[in-house]
Amino acid sequence: MRVNSSEFRYEERFCQGLFESFSKSQNPFMLQSPQSFRLSNGLLVIVEPMLDVQSAAVTLLVPAGGVRDADARCGTAAILTEMFTRGAGGLSARELSAAMDNLGLQRSIHVGNAHVTFSAATTADRIIDALPFIGRMVTEPHLADEEFEPARDLVEQSLMSLEDEPRQRLGKVLRQYSYAAPWGNSSEGELTDLPAITNEDVRRHYQQFIRPDEAILGIAGNVNFDQIRETTETAFGGWESAPVSDLAGGTMPLSPCHIEHDSAQTHIGLGWNTVPYRDARYFEAWASVSLLSGGMSSRLFTEVRERRGLCYAISASLSTLRDEGRVFAYAGTSTERAQETLDVTVAEILRLHEGITEDELQRCKARAKSSLIMQQESTTSRASSLARDMYHLGRVVSLDEINSRINALSTTQVRDFTIEYAPKAMVLVTIGPHALNSACVTSLS
Amino acid sequence: MNFQQTTLSNGLTLIAETNSSVHSVAAGFFVRAGSRDETADVSGVSHFLEHMAFKGDDKFSADDVNRVFDEIGAKYNASTSEEITMYYAAVLPEYLERAMELLSALMQPALRVADFEMEKNVILEEISMYEDQPSFVCYDHIMSTHFAGHPLGQSILGTNASITALTAEQMQNYHRSRYHTGNITLAVAGNCRFEDIVALAEKYCSRIPKGESIRALPEVMAQPTVRTVVRDSSVQQHVMQMGPGPKSDNPLRFAAELLSVVVGDDSNSRLFWELVDPGHAESADLGYSEYDGAGAWMNYLACSPEDVAENLARCKKVFDEVNVNSIHADELEQARNKVASRIVLRGERPMGRLSSLGGNWMYRHEYRPIAADLQTIRSLTLNDIREVLNRFPITMTTTVAVGPLKDLGVCPDTAGP
Repeated sequence: MRVNSSEFRYEERFCQGLFESFSKSQNPFMLQSPQSFRLSNGLLVIVEPMLDVQSAAVTLLVPAGGVRDADARCGTAAILTEMFTRGAGGLSARELSAAMDNLGLQRSIHVGNAHVTFSAATTADRIIDALPFIGRMVTEPHLADEEFEPARDLVEQSLMSLEDEPRQRLGKVLRQYSYAAPWGNSSEGELTDLPAITNEDVRRHYQQFIRPDEAILGIAGNVNFDQIRETTETAFGGWESAPVSDLAGGTMPLSPCHIEHDSAQTHIGLGWNTVPYRDARYFEAWASVSLLSGGMSSRLFTEVRERRGLCYAISASLSTLRDEGRVFAYAGTSTERAQETLDVTVAEILRLHEGITEDELQRCKARAKSSLIMQQESTTSRASSLARDMYHLGRVVSLDEINSRINALSTTQVRDFTIEYAPKAMVLVTIGPHALNSACVTSLS
Repeated sequence: MNFQQTTLSNGLTLIAETNSSVHSVAAGFFVRAGSRDETADVSGVSHFLEHMAFKGDDKFSADDVNRVFDEIGAKYNASTSEEITMYYAAVLPEYLERAMELLSALMQPALRVADFEMEKNVILEEISMYEDQPSFVCYDHIMSTHFAGHPLGQSILGTNASITALTAEQMQNYHRSRYHTGNITLAVAGNCRFEDIVALAEKYCSRIPKGESIRALPEVMAQPTVRTVVRDSSVQQHVMQMGPGPKSDNPLRFAAELLSVVVGDDSNSRLFWELVDPGHAESADLGYSEYDGAGAWMNYLACSPEDVAENLARCKKVFDEVNVNSIHADELEQARNKVASRIVLRGERPMGRLSSLGGNWMYRHEYRPIAADLQTIRSLTLNDIREVLNRFPITMTTTVAVGPLKDLGVCPDTAGP
């Protein structure tokens, strides 16, 4: 972690379901159409050539995330994620790192709820040489016993750090109270479960879930399709197929929930239901959250921060699983102003349908358009969008299509959506010195 | 990419790197104003002023500023450091004029008293927010300790007391003293034509007054210090250490940057293999920070409190070993490849180029294209690394820890056990 010396006036926004980034009145979306193919083991590969850039990026989604952790073994996927770089395909951890550094490969492996995600980027001329190393980590990790303890120690340390960062911790708890298990489970792991997890559990997790059958590899950049095809066949062709089992659904705890913490601020998290990315009405959901928190002229920022000065950080964003969606809102405020912040925030959310203007919606559209167009400047964000589109929708939505669908939205449509999907119940989680009066939330249900 | 520069009729410097192969354009005002330029009675004013800029001028109200930036779909923000306040917006090329008009308005804010009093609450909340992030608390303390008595030790955010006591009039005076053409550079990067930007800048920036201001650049005289900030409720311990490094105008800064990658990058570095890979620490890294007339090595360690003493000894062992025996050729080569790739990837987006463009100009009055940076990185040798180690060995003078520990068991004079 690097500590930055500068303080931003505004928070960098969470990506709002458009996966970051939307110009020009003629055809501004100049990407070539993506092409896809499937290896015989099931791995789906989707490639989008971008000819204006010098780099190339890849995102590999493997459905082996925290939702696959066994009961009382929450953290298995997180430990496994730490193990991939610790030696693979006959190369030691150091040899592997040296080889990838020499290719200028910027990379990360991340554990989420649904997926373990491998992301990497380098200059386009070196991506062909880099892919086989990613292939080795995924298909031939050593998972050596002597590497297990250090990997588990690191997962434990990052969970301990989370205890000291109330805002980060809030995100984890809010999710637990918003999605039924296993979707609400912490993909980072649970401190109470870690001691019982063994390398056998990690190996079993690898064997069962790190499989190509439902894995998706997105590649974007200045690349040649045929060359990519040949290289992925070589790098991932030996990855053995195995069917992926269905997930059993569980339950979730009931909010409101307060966690006492000796913090300077009270951290407030709210959650309510909306539609997932694959839903036909997703763009209406996107627009409604955008009205609430899409820019600095949006309602929460204006009413809670600019007019009342109640907080520095306030935001709402969409969270989407394949079949379920939520809106999560956050505000951090000093303890004596926390109650007012909660009450005002909830009131703004509930009156969202009132007085939606053409100008207000137009601003959301403008922001979306520039975001989409700027996405064409980033191979990393394109690669990730390609893979995520395939996961959620089974096809890639072109930037042009997203722009058209957003442009077609009317204020009536968005208002109707906000009425139909107005929160009928809200999850409330707070972390801070004192619990708040939750009447504004509990009175809903 | 094509670089051009000019001086406008009011004396404002305009620099631009145009590139027709990208889809957007980024513009930013870089103001030579930060916490180091403040007097004690106005501590935090640079950052507070940055917030107030967005409250608008005679033409645009606060609501107008937020609304119009959103209308044009701008990605915009501002930041304040010890040395620079920057205001920027990345937009599609057709909105460049509107973006320039708004950004220019930020340079001459109205500083209305009602807005000032309301925004004060937001600043106080921001101070509280950072108090809940131990690594930021640690950063604040390492700066005030390492640079004690030096302007770089002054807090960016200020304190509850200094912000509460600050008046709009004090802010107006500060604004007058720093926001003039001698202190501001306008930088533009991306898809635009130079003659268009010059015309826009003449149209919208003419109100920025002429002026000069001097920044004192005293030498840093860091005294060996170990300091603990006890937080009983914390679980992890956060430790930062600082020692002297090359100043921003020192050509050794490139070698220092590469050396910090070999020794303390977040993966595949000496500290990584010694502390993070074996699971001793969650983070252990070394960075090099350049400042106007100063420079520093900074080490950051996050781990369990009971492992701190041992981990600091491990860090010191890594630094001592490098100070004596330098690094290996293959390590240098890996770092070169790593850094070169970062430069290229970051340079693909106009926003990435803007910060490099503005930064090089603010610190050194120079333009460095991507190719020059790559060339410099490629040409650095083990001799250059040896030279930087001879002149600026990685020796930590200051240690600050935030967490449950009352005593680190570290000797101030050796920064070791």
